[in-house]
Amino acid sequence: MESSAADTRALLTSPPVGGPLWRRKAFNRVMTGLIVAAFAIALIPLFSLLFEVVKRGLPGMSWEFLTGTPRGIVGGGGAAHAIVGTVVITGVTAIISVPIGILAAIYLTEYGGKGRLRRWLTFFVDVMTGIPSIVAGLFAFALFAIFLGPGIRLGLMGAVALSVLMIPIVIRSSEEVLKIVPNHLREASYALGTPKWRTIVKVVLPTAFAGLVTGVMIAVARIVGETAPLLVTTGIVDSINTNPFEGRMQNLAVYAYSEYRTPGVMKQASYDRAWAAALTLIAIVMILNVVARLVYRRYKTEIK
Amino acid sequence: MQGAAGATRAEVELAEAGTQSTGPAPTPGAAPAEAGAPSESRRAKTIDVRDVNLFYGDFHAVEGVTVKIEPNKVTALIGSSGCGKTTFLRSLNRMHELTAGARVEGSIELDGQDIYAKGVDPVQVRRLVGMVFQSPNPFPTMSVHENVAAGLNLNGSRIKKDEKDEIVERSLRGAHLWNEVKDRLDKPGSSLSGGQQQRLCIARAIAVEPEVLLMDEPCSALDPVATLAIEDLIGELKSRFTIAIVTHNMQQAARASDITAFFNLEETGSPGRLVEIDDTDTIFTSPKEKATEDYVSGRFG
Repeated sequence: MESSAADTRALLTSPPVGGPLWRRKAFNRVMTGLIVAAFAIALIPLFSLLFEVVKRGLPGMSWEFLTGTPRGIVGGGGAAHAIVGTVVITGVTAIISVPIGILAAIYLTEYGGKGRLRRWLTFFVDVMTGIPSIVAGLFAFALFAIFLGPGIRLGLMGAVALSVLMIPIVIRSSEEVLKIVPNHLREASYALGTPKWRTIVKVVLPTAFAGLVTGVMIAVARIVGETAPLLVTTGIVDSINTNPFEGRMQNLAVYAYSEYRTPGVMKQASYDRAWAAALTLIAIVMILNVVARLVYRRYKTEIK
Repeated sequence: MQGAAGATRAEVELAEAGTQSTGPAPTPGAAPAEAGAPSESRRAKTIDVRDVNLFYGDFHAVEGVTVKIEPNKVTALIGSSGCGKTTFLRSLNRMHELTAGARVEGSIELDGQDIYAKGVDPVQVRRLVGMVFQSPNPFPTMSVHENVAAGLNLNGSRIKKDEKDEIVERSLRGAHLWNEVKDRLDKPGSSLSGGQQQRLCIARAIAVEPEVLLMDEPCSALDPVATLAIEDLIGELKSRFTIAIVTHNMQQAARASDITAFFNLEETGSPGRLVEIDDTDTIFTSPKEKATEDYVSGRFG
């Protein structure tokens, strides 16, 4: 009908919502600009930090840095002992935290039900994710002091302290990943006459595998640079120690701190080494994140 | 054939564990004789339901159902949404109780053996009563081959690779899927089309040689062509299994089933009940209850 065609035309050509079109376009442009600017400002500290660390860390970086130790060398040496220590301590932490964290997450998702117990447990895990790292360190220190006397320094103590920080992170991220596994997959398994534990091991965990690995790697990246708990638990030492059950163990974070705090005779060299240690730590974190992404992409399961 | 021997063993265990072992069960001696023979020679089982009431917590979902699911026949459960057909179906393989707070009252017997008796393992029940779901749900981390063999792998059966391959091929042939996937057995299960995925799920369900096959709206997520393919498949499978299928699609019930059971609600919030059950032809041409007649002629629902 002509009248409705005229109506449509009138509606389409009437003044746009919110004022003239140019005003709306200008508003869009201003807001876009503000958002982009805010994002850029947020990125400035990150890039500035990366730039500084690279700039100051590169001079200290050398083959000797990566493979030598200060032992026997006055005012010099390398950080091999710190690198080895970081790897060992982080490894032991992961060995402790990953099974405990993932099993706890399995309990919460698969067996916890909807009850109050589960809500309380999740709440406490959330609280634990906020524990200050020095508190975790003091906890480990006190714990070992009860059994082994004060004054003990062990790689294992550091690992326990870091586990207190890492376990809640693993639990939360694993819980989220397990929740995403659709229930109809579990039902399909039950309908075949599969017991619950087998369903979890053979269906749920493989489906969630990529997400679980990513969660663990991100948790590791989070704790690999923790300094405070390691200061009070693993001590400062000059030689390589690969045994977490015996003796002090150096690590990159504490090394960076001690080189800065108590530089040797050649101050600049010590500072260079501190920066190089920081650069190494950042490199480790970046590598972990990249590996996490690669693993995720390779192993993720498309769920319809 | 490991599958048959395993299932028969399970039946014997069910019978021994339960308190009412009055019904006939195939003697254990019969199993080896049937090993290797096509499953047509095995008797599909009857499900005897007597005065079953189903609850979700305090909510009374289904009341007073008494019905017999006949062997080697397809029984269709029809009715409007929310009237308890799926809830009822899920009580037949003890999936209903997986929901927190869910409860079953009454007696459900598989070939004379009460599946809810004390000492009966629900896992064993589910091996004998298989289920195919509304949306195809192949396991995403497994290949086509692994999906079909999942029932065997997941139960930790120690079956040699050759036997497993044979069972997989037989199940895929039985599900009319073999020719389409025989060159793609190692590809992920989710790489198939919807209709193929559903047939894969059916192959997976029949690979463990259940006595009964329950199907919860198996075609509702599929296009008409795939739907007809599956209906043909159901017509063939009934010679080997007892089949119960929930469907919203009345034409499908009319086409594919031998017996039809009509479920209904008095009003929203009241429990669903079985209104009428009869031969499919009778239900659709001369039903006894007015509610049934209204439903099948499209006057409501």
